[in-house]
Amino acid sequence: MSQQQMINLTIDGVPVTVPKGTTIMQAAEQKLGVKIPRLCHHPKLSIQGSCRVCVVEVKGVPFYMASCSVQVWEGMEIQTNSPAIRQARRDILELLLDNHPRACLTCVRDGNCELQNLAYTLGVRERLFDGERKRFPIEKSSVSIVRDAEKCILCGRCVRVCAEVQGVHNLSQQGRGFTTHVAPAHGDKMDDSVCIQCGQCINACPTAAFVGHSDSDRVWKALGDPTKHVVVQTAPAIRATVGEGFGMAPGTPATGKLVTALRRLGFDRVFDTNFTADLTIIEEATEFLNRFKNNDRLPLLTSCSPGWVNFMERFYPELIPNASSCRSPMSMMSSLIKSYYAKKEGIDPKDVFVVAIMPCTAKKFEAQRPEFATPDGGQETDASLTTRELIFMIKSYGIDLAELEDGEFDSPLGASSGAADIFGTTGGVLEAALRMAAEVINGEPPAQMEFVEVRAVEGLRVRELKVNNDLTLRVGVSNGLQNAKKLLDKVVSGEEVFHIIEVMACPGGCIGGGGQPYPPRGYTILDPKLLAKRAKALYTIDLNKDVRSSNHNPAIKALYDEFLGEPGGETAHRLLHTHYQPRLPRGIR
Amino acid sequence: MSHHECCCGCNDNREAVRENAKAALTPEIVAFIEECAADAHPESQLIRVLHRVQGHYGHLGREQMDAVAQLLQVPASKVTGVATFYHFFRLEPRGKFMISVCLGTACYVKGAERVADRLQEELGIHFGETTKDGLFSLNATRCVGTCGLAPVVVVEDKVYGGMTPDQVPAILEKYTKKA
Repeated sequence: MSQQQMINLTIDGVPVTVPKGTTIMQAAEQKLGVKIPRLCHHPKLSIQGSCRVCVVEVKGVPFYMASCSVQVWEGMEIQTNSPAIRQARRDILELLLDNHPRACLTCVRDGNCELQNLAYTLGVRERLFDGERKRFPIEKSSVSIVRDAEKCILCGRCVRVCAEVQGVHNLSQQGRGFTTHVAPAHGDKMDDSVCIQCGQCINACPTAAFVGHSDSDRVWKALGDPTKHVVVQTAPAIRATVGEGFGMAPGTPATGKLVTALRRLGFDRVFDTNFTADLTIIEEATEFLNRFKNNDRLPLLTSCSPGWVNFMERFYPELIPNASSCRSPMSMMSSLIKSYYAKKEGIDPKDVFVVAIMPCTAKKFEAQRPEFATPDGGQETDASLTTRELIFMIKSYGIDLAELEDGEFDSPLGASSGAADIFGTTGGVLEAALRMAAEVINGEPPAQMEFVEVRAVEGLRVRELKVNNDLTLRVGVSNGLQNAKKLLDKVVSGEEVFHIIEVMACPGGCIGGGGQPYPPRGYTILDPKLLAKRAKALYTIDLNKDVRSSNHNPAIKALYDEFLGEPGGETAHRLLHTHYQPRLPRGIR
Repeated sequence: MSHHECCCGCNDNREAVRENAKAALTPEIVAFIEECAADAHPESQLIRVLHRVQGHYGHLGREQMDAVAQLLQVPASKVTGVATFYHFFRLEPRGKFMISVCLGTACYVKGAERVADRLQEELGIHFGETTKDGLFSLNATRCVGTCGLAPVVVVEDKVYGGMTPDQVPAILEKYTKKA
């Protein structure tokens, strides 16, 4: 093979050499450390070149070129910061701003908006082009995602993340000219669309055209109501990311500080969704071993990720029988709080208000599924808050999480094994299940707790795992639904045989969830460096625990003895399992 | 152990969804779409298909666009994105007869505006609208390439040249009778 061709050029007078095919933007960043301003560009998405903010001057070219989409050529002379190009960039941004509401003071993204940051760094200090502005109503039909087309700059990042990363294709630009807006088919409401509520559009949006639906007011109200016993549970992934909201370095575990902060906010009990993650493993591994014994409905598809469950119901309904009937850890916990815990404490379940802190927007949809309704018509999970909403609440209360002492979860629903912590990252559920399944099959715990083969830093992984001399399991791990499609299509066609497939809707798993903090300085969404740091936090917590397998969590054993009976038994089925149904409109895959 | 499963046992709705989609279109159009769907890049056939659908129905209805999405396996958001982008595609039903008044330079100079005013007056509608009886839709268009005949009005495929406002009622009557 021929060696890669190298291109010589100068950027801001500095001679550099880069491989052929490098864009101007990449060359400036890699060789000079100059980050050319950008809005529509994202390194993990296809190139669109629509915002024009990244223009540069190229000697001999009579117009400014978009540095994100133009590849370098031999002898190219580029200016990234000449007075003329700085002025042009500022003009382009001002034109975007003048078709944008002047609402920064009351905007939920105030302080972490890319458009706002750019207005500052490009030196926009006055608004010159005061003209007609597009007008659209705010669309709030979805329980998880709010769409505000007036704040949209038509960069198309949401459209591309929805199509290219999630394979959902729910969003597209509708209309033309001044009335162009991003919306589902027919300009329908999000609630009437194939949206799976994963929230990646929120993460991808540089402004506040997509934001999470806020439930914090309902939670403040419950916390202030003396008749309510307010119980909170926090998902595995929260402890790996909540610190980012308070200036802690990405990847810093903050379990203890998180518990203290929740107690300060006034929650009566602080439980850990990790506990029911362990419980999920017991139930799901039991379910798998049963199916495996009977060679029935394999591969087993995990069902903890509500974005994936929504996707399955709309895009792959024929695979519903393969999905694990286990509820997600969140819904198991809420179910136990309003049955087992309320009874044990002698509290009327109607007076218990359950709040779940989740890395996820789709959990808000899961919480209000009729399958998880209480007998009085309420929800088992009364409110599901994203990590972002929790960070807001803690800040709003006047607490600096980074400065807090460590606290301990309350018992009995607070103890967990290390297997539960890793639920928050892609491959974690499968690894946790394998730790238990290997022990059940072989009669002794695995010599090595880490199943590093399934730790998928990439989006898709297929592995053959030797459980013992007679048994090899073929497993798949996917995160980002576009990746999942590749495995699921092979299952549907019968082309490949698997025993278990773990599917997480969001890139990286829950650590990259649609409800997670906007990336700190120096990182972008979908950034493998950021996801790896968050994942490492969870693996570190796991490594430092004494109990690392769900079936060795003593609190779980006690719960079965005291209340649930047998794994997969009748009580377990009533409280810990669920069912799914096809939904329309059916998605195009 | 007991299993919780869908009670109806009909999880795979693929065929049902396809059949619904087919029912929203004519068999000829369905056959055409199926041919296009076999293309290596079905999405590149989308505009052709939408042309065909509009050619038959006169406009692109919601049901038809959803059916195109399912049969061509192109996301519905994309189908409606394309349909709303191009000026050629109409989402609302049009009248039986489409009247286009040329407002290009030559026609305009020769008095097209007066003809247009008379048409709007006689029909009781504005440009872009359809008469209540569903007979006529009125469109303003730019040059139709017959400037020598200016001012020009096109009804269906027939071109009326040298138009004066007073000729309008007779032409409308002719089509009303034809309907």
